[in-house]
Amino acid sequence: MEYNDISEFSRTWGLVYLVAMFLAGIVYAFWPRNKAKFDHAAQIPLEDD
Amino acid sequence: MTRETTAKARLSIDGWVTAGALTIGVFYAMLTAARTEDPLMSVHAYIFAGAFILGIFGIIKAYYDSSERREKEPTDAPVEYNLDVIKAGVIASVFWGIAGFLAGDTLAFQLAYPDLNFDVSFFNFGRLRPLHTSAVIFAFGGNVLIATSFYVVQRTCKARMPGDFAPWFVFWGYQLFIVIAATGYLMGITQSKEYAEPEWYADIWLTIVWVVYLFVFLGTLWKRREPHIYVANWFYLAFIATVAMLHIINNLTVPVSWTSTKSYILFAGVQDALVQWWYGHNAVGFFLTAGFLGIMYYFVPKRAGRPVYSYRLSIVHFWSLIFMYIWAGPHHLHYTALPDWAQTLGMTFSIMLWMPSWGGMINGLMTLSGAWDKLRTDPVLRMLVVSIAFYGMSTFEGPVMAIKAVNSLSHYTDWTIGHVHSGALGWVAFVSFGALYCMVPWLWNRTQLYSLKLVSYHFWIATFGILLYITSMWVSGILQGLMWRAYDDLGFLEYSFVETVEAMNPFYWIRAIGGAFFLVGSFIMAYNLWRTARGDVRVEDRLLAPENVPSPVAAE
Repeated sequence: MEYNDISEFSRTWGLVYLVAMFLAGIVYAFWPRNKAKFDHAAQIPLEDD
Repeated sequence: MTRETTAKARLSIDGWVTAGALTIGVFYAMLTAARTEDPLMSVHAYIFAGAFILGIFGIIKAYYDSSERREKEPTDAPVEYNLDVIKAGVIASVFWGIAGFLAGDTLAFQLAYPDLNFDVSFFNFGRLRPLHTSAVIFAFGGNVLIATSFYVVQRTCKARMPGDFAPWFVFWGYQLFIVIAATGYLMGITQSKEYAEPEWYADIWLTIVWVVYLFVFLGTLWKRREPHIYVANWFYLAFIATVAMLHIINNLTVPVSWTSTKSYILFAGVQDALVQWWYGHNAVGFFLTAGFLGIMYYFVPKRAGRPVYSYRLSIVHFWSLIFMYIWAGPHHLHYTALPDWAQTLGMTFSIMLWMPSWGGMINGLMTLSGAWDKLRTDPVLRMLVVSIAFYGMSTFEGPVMAIKAVNSLSHYTDWTIGHVHSGALGWVAFVSFGALYCMVPWLWNRTQLYSLKLVSYHFWIATFGILLYITSMWVSGILQGLMWRAYDDLGFLEYSFVETVEAMNPFYWIRAIGGAFFLVGSFIMAYNLWRTARGDVRVEDRLLAPENVPSPVAAE
């Protein structure tokens, strides 16, 4: 594998990989079924035990 | 949790393991001290041996105290958190903070008036400078992170940290690393990698401590009684795991011998430089940013009495921040032997970091929506909010400076120093101070701080100091950069180097004075926290209702 191959790979598939990960994060954060879970989680620091 | 009520002394498994390991460590350190021909190594071997022996005594003492302690324990507390080690972490944070600020301001005065090194090798700028950076980043910042992470992970998981001795090993092991690093710098031991100056044996010791830290943290998550892992813990975990990876890879060195302080790095030339700045920038990204964002996501909602503005945004903030930060390192090597594409990659990722950084800033600031009035009455919250504002400012400035064209002016100048300190003093230190002001009453079971007025003094004095610092460094840095690149009609450099130094001198004085203000502020904080821990409340503060103070901690 030459230098140019690695460079080419990282410019193309690297971009795809990062965009895919970003979209996965967005989908997870905004998935409607997760809303209740996140609403509860946001309250954790304020709960006293 | 079932608890023995028998008065029998008992040593937990991690106590036996720690004691055994420390005993081996004593013999190994003594052997090294005896065999080495390097006098500096023998100093460090004796420090190690002494610390290990103290550790063994500590475990023996804990063994005999355990029967006594068990009888006193209440049995109805829902979770019996391990808070003692956090108290120790708070004390260490304040101590190292002051030491680090003092070293920094000494350096600032040395730059303005170089004779202040008194011609003594120990006070030489080159030795004192890593002492300052390590003291503030690793000793102050590290202790704040260890203490707050232990607090936050236990409270948000509603579980006690695993092990009786493992958390203490993390705490004392980390202090030992700091002592080894600091004494090494003063004696002239360094591997000359910025923010990674300690030599190979200190690095190995830190690795051991850090792995135990990771296990204690993961163990607490494992034991959690909350289904969801609160976002602050994600930031802490990213900080712990990534710092382990960065530390190990950047310190892959071959020692000259097992009894020598000197080692050589595995990489050569520009590869070494790239690994170093991959490490160096992620020390900023994961140590000074991700870790302290963990503080922000717990302490700001807690102090404001409101949940974080958007939990969804915090998830996007987390994942985008950690995926991007790791690529930004090459911006430290613009216009060097590093391939152009790698420089551009570092620059591009730095600019993309605007998004998660500002997303996080907005999330932190907007947590106060509906509670902005508290800024008027609560100087601790004011400190936390200003820290977030500084976070936003320095994460805006950083990407600007990572742009190649800007970097050609800013690099190697005081602008960089100013930028670092707007992040370090404004963001890291202020968010730490805010967390310390919150935690001391909680940990020592006090209803309120000794004096909110003193917090207010600390806030204003330190803020004024930071402003003096960063504005003087902007002027000095841009002046310096412009003077370096000024050519006359014939194409010669307009200024000699010494002329640029002379031009910067007034700004060095302003910076040193700004630093002194910041230092004075930290003394006020130390006094205030000490009186709070003792249980004192200033007369006029007693009239203030302890509005934002959550219910006292269940344990104790």
